[in-house]
Amino acid sequence: MKRPQHLMDRPRRRRWQAAAIVTVAALAVAACSSSSSSSGTSSSTSGSGSSSSALTASAPGITPTQILIGSHQPLTGPAAPGYDEIAPASAAYFDYVNAHGGVYGRKIVYKYLNDAYDPTTTASDVRQLVLQDNVYALFDGLGTPTHLAAVQFLNSEKVPDVFVASGCECWNSPTTDPETFGWQLDYVREGKILGQYVKQHFAGDKVAYFYQDDEFGQDGVKGLDDEIPASMVVSKQSYVDTNVNIAPQVAALRASGAKVVISFSIPAFTALLKLNSLKLGFAPQLVVSDVGADPITLSGLLEAFAKQGGATVNGNELTDGIITDGYLPSTSDTSNSWIQLFTKVRNQYDPKAPPDGNVLFGEAVAYTFVQAMFKAGRNPTRADLLTAIEGGLPQGPAVAPYAFSSTDHAGITGAYMGVIKNGALVQEGPVLTTDTSASGAITTYTGTEQQAPASGIPSP
Amino acid sequence: MQSLPRRLGVAVVVAVIVVVASIKLNTFRDYQIAEIAVEVTAVAGLTLLTGLSGQISLGHGAFMAIGAYTTALLLMHLGWPFIAVLVLAGAVTAAAGAIVGAAAARLRGPYLAGATLMLGVALPSVAYAYQGVFGGDQGLNVAFTAPGFLGATFPLTRWQAWVSALVALITLVLLANLYYSRIGRNWRAVRDDDVAAALDGVNVAAARILAFVVSATCAGLAGALLAIITGLVAPGAFTLTLSIALLTAAVIGGLGSLPGALWGSLVIVLVPTYATDVATSHGLSSSVGSNIPVAAYGAVLILVMLDFPQGIQGGLRRILTLFTGPGPKTPTRKAPHEKTSAPHG
Repeated sequence: MKRPQHLMDRPRRRRWQAAAIVTVAALAVAACSSSSSSSGTSSSTSGSGSSSSALTASAPGITPTQILIGSHQPLTGPAAPGYDEIAPASAAYFDYVNAHGGVYGRKIVYKYLNDAYDPTTTASDVRQLVLQDNVYALFDGLGTPTHLAAVQFLNSEKVPDVFVASGCECWNSPTTDPETFGWQLDYVREGKILGQYVKQHFAGDKVAYFYQDDEFGQDGVKGLDDEIPASMVVSKQSYVDTNVNIAPQVAALRASGAKVVISFSIPAFTALLKLNSLKLGFAPQLVVSDVGADPITLSGLLEAFAKQGGATVNGNELTDGIITDGYLPSTSDTSNSWIQLFTKVRNQYDPKAPPDGNVLFGEAVAYTFVQAMFKAGRNPTRADLLTAIEGGLPQGPAVAPYAFSSTDHAGITGAYMGVIKNGALVQEGPVLTTDTSASGAITTYTGTEQQAPASGIPSP
Repeated sequence: MQSLPRRLGVAVVVAVIVVVASIKLNTFRDYQIAEIAVEVTAVAGLTLLTGLSGQISLGHGAFMAIGAYTTALLLMHLGWPFIAVLVLAGAVTAAAGAIVGAAAARLRGPYLAGATLMLGVALPSVAYAYQGVFGGDQGLNVAFTAPGFLGATFPLTRWQAWVSALVALITLVLLANLYYSRIGRNWRAVRDDDVAAALDGVNVAAARILAFVVSATCAGLAGALLAIITGLVAPGAFTLTLSIALLTAAVIGGLGSLPGALWGSLVIVLVPTYATDVATSHGLSSSVGSNIPVAAYGAVLILVMLDFPQGIQGGLRRILTLFTGPGPKTPTRKAPHEKTSAPHG
């Protein structure tokens, strides 16, 4: 039997050889240039200055002229569609801030590396950012399994790990992970808010769950179970995001006779749930978590998946009537001051991005970081940033207050319920806030929403 | 590298280079040394399996997962010293390799590729099925610290680099011994013509299974090292991409060549990082820049395959012969009759 290694040497191809040598040489040059440039990064530390005196290199990653922060993001691979819009959107807002005076005159430099949603790559990315690039803080690292590969390291190196892009409750462990802070509404709170709505509006109906079999779905189910009586729930079906065949689960949901299906799913699986239900002639009321219900993303996926299956559907027609929640203003609410600000920034600095929830997320979380940096002071140390956030942050673009305190590192505490109509999320009812405990009450938020500052930049 | 003292000498020289480099370079480079060592350990086993015994494996990531989960569970529940954990992780994966090898010995070509592919795809799902033990999607945390006598300021990544490089070097020396031993000759005999090998008295099935056991053990050790350097064992780290990357490294370096395993690992670990640095320093847009490393990876693979069908090591050998003239043939390219004397040697 012939084996590949026994292939005879092919005829020599001098041009290809030359190309290979040039490539190797280019890589070697790249290697040298990158290793030499990295050593130039300032990493000196000195005492924090609170006066209005000169700007100093007060912490690693901070120089008189810039603040270097880093992140890990899925820019390629299965998690990239949609999520790869978030970091460029954050960068666009930082560009806007930099063009309008920066943070106390310093420009924010945002270096985000691609981890392709692979925890091993995340571990390597984060070490590169901290050990070689000397970032001041890690900002908005995306994903639960990925960021878990970074948390231990960041906390042992005492690097602020702020506003993780995941709603896992696990970021709120101030005693073991004092450097780590969540930002978005966590899935337990979200489950409680969705659950209460279903309990109130579909009393007596059969309810079924469809959820991703990881902490995202499980935390969501925990919140749902806190509110929905077990007698109402007729079926609980889970999926893993590596298996796109969910026909058995959808058949089980249909067989259970559920009138309402509550789905803690990522957008791709919300779309698959909808399409599989259509195929079986099953039309329950869908209630979907914010993560899996962005109207623009969902509509695009529905049309793309249907096309792969040889059918044509209208995405906006299919998303019509889906009940969901929102912890940021609806992207279609053009009268909202935050949407106006972020649309202006997007048009100027990230013009190719779609006006969807991912881009809004990226800009809003970047705004929160700038708020925290202004609060941390003129010459902040790393500890100053933690103190600033633990002291509480103004609500900003979020619809409900942050939970931040020295004993609580969870972010946004509430959301409003809404319905998708004509491809846009329409708010229905007030903003509701709650905590993560089973007995914690869900209350109507009575505080006033903040308006975006006219300058577009948080005041110090 | 024909004799044991010479192999040990080379290993010591490399060890000294690693120690000096790890002290001179920054702590992120230490981490990269550890990453390369992990890759080398796994690729060296795979390159012997595929290049020497002629069996392909598209599921070696699964063996790394077994080693990594064994390590995480032992460190978490029993708190064993790492050296003991490493030995047991190797033993557990060896057992898994024996089971897979017994099945693989009956399969050829695409069927073997298919069976190992299935292993690589299916095994990580076990972590989802038994979330109580394996932690599901979130995985298991692995606590690993530098020993106290090095001092509180000793960088953990440097210790990780030392441990990983030491394990990789010991593995390479042992594999090199196998390579030139009767077992290695039997593997080559089975690879080239199993009927002829059987007629010569080689137990073909046993040789094939042993190759799988050795190769799986190496992957298990690599998995154990990966667990302690990343600090987390999660199914997302052991996808098909990892298995393919291991095979790619073996092919780029030169199938069946141990030095080739090193070259391949260097390419796999360093090219994406450098390509990313180049892409970001030239201010490319995110959607373009993030795909540059993937493109560079592909370009390197195509160029190596076009120009050095026998991998980087094969290419180096060819360049050497340009200067020295054709020397004695090396075992990977030996004449067919050489093997017949092996079983009786």
